[in-house]
Amino acid sequence: MPKITFGGQTYECGENKTVLECLTAQGVPVPSACHAGICQSCMMRAVKGRVPAAAQSGLKPTLAARNYFLACICHPKEDIDVAYSDEVLQKYPADVLSITRLNSEIVCVQLRPSQPMEYKPGQFIRLYKDDKTSRFYSLASVPDRDNCNVQIHVRKMPHGTVSGWVHDRLRAGDMVKISESAGECFYVPGHPEQGLLLIGTGCGLAPLYGIIQDALAHGHRGPIQLYHGSLNVGGLYLIEELKALARAFPNFKYVPCISGAEVPPGFAAGTVLEVALAEHVDLSGWRIFLCGNPEMVSNAKRETFLIGASVSDIYADPFLPTIGSAPPACQ
Amino acid sequence: MSSLYEQLGGEPAINAAVDIFYRKVLKDDRIKHFFDDIDMAKQAAKQKAFLTMVLGGPNKYTGLDMRKGHAHLVARGLNDSHFDAVVENLGATLKELKVPAEKIAEVAALCETTRNDVLGR
Repeated sequence: MPKITFGGQTYECGENKTVLECLTAQGVPVPSACHAGICQSCMMRAVKGRVPAAAQSGLKPTLAARNYFLACICHPKEDIDVAYSDEVLQKYPADVLSITRLNSEIVCVQLRPSQPMEYKPGQFIRLYKDDKTSRFYSLASVPDRDNCNVQIHVRKMPHGTVSGWVHDRLRAGDMVKISESAGECFYVPGHPEQGLLLIGTGCGLAPLYGIIQDALAHGHRGPIQLYHGSLNVGGLYLIEELKALARAFPNFKYVPCISGAEVPPGFAAGTVLEVALAEHVDLSGWRIFLCGNPEMVSNAKRETFLIGASVSDIYADPFLPTIGSAPPACQ
Repeated sequence: MSSLYEQLGGEPAINAAVDIFYRKVLKDDRIKHFFDDIDMAKQAAKQKAFLTMVLGGPNKYTGLDMRKGHAHLVARGLNDSHFDAVVENLGATLKELKVPAEKIAEVAALCETTRNDVLGR
């Protein structure tokens, strides 16, 4: 009989019993409602061992890729360690390799974790200033073959405890602590003809930049359209890199948007969502990635859904629910 | 006789129906405010479970689940008129999916059996 380990305790999963039945019988409180694998109330994560594919039925591909499953329809075939879907992230030490300025407010910090870290571009990590103070930052880099260095974009916030520390104190050669990666906003290979629409503000560009490079590296052939917005030109960054990428890949389109009064030639006028929606009337079949200002993300989810995008094709990381902290990209 | 759930095409068809249904609900001025500030993916999963149930698909929902799941909305003023609006949107969704009128009436009757639980009475 397969064993289920949860919170340091190991339980035998009886014949024909589900993970949900096994755990609740032992007094482990797992939220549940439909008991038919549909409502996703009982979603958990296998941190060790594999769950049958049937237990991931109906989950977004990004969740399935991270071993999430539905406890109420999971009949384990092997021993598994499971956790609540929102469990606390593991910590690693990491070396600061470089800090590069991207514009007047944003720097790119390159880190090398002490042990190779698996991640998907677009996910986020926590960066710890000390044991009690940390913020989420999205990963702008793509894992390469030789190492697993990660890059984050840090915008200096007014009175920002962590961002101020990164901008004013942190230096190449320092050692910091980071968490493992988390989040569901990343590219999953497959459907290479599908249109990808990416909308971001400020340093919400970080995950989108990672996702775009990842999609192109996977040979994505459908249109990939990035709308990046800020109040003024100074708030945008990686402009030349993105223009060069658009020249190299005909299916990639870059639209820098300015919501303020001064709009130089070559930039679209309006908020990033206004500009993107003006150029799209029907998003049926598109995959949508959103990051940045929480209000923009929330509106963009609704508006892109209303013009045809399926809920299961809309990806965004507004915050990590358990920790209840603010958006990952712009802290 | 097979359930309407199976006749419509099972799970893939329900996924399509949820998108249509949820869009109608978000555009409906009578009820859309109940759907502000909620996680759309979680809400879509719950609507899928709801549609699966009223179409006779696999589910083990109980009246208690319906009660607990809507108590916070009842506290915000959820009443019969909102319940009617949801049933109406569901009917329009099924009509769009070419479900015959008598079947839609059956589904509405099934929804009706949840009314008191949903409204916490």
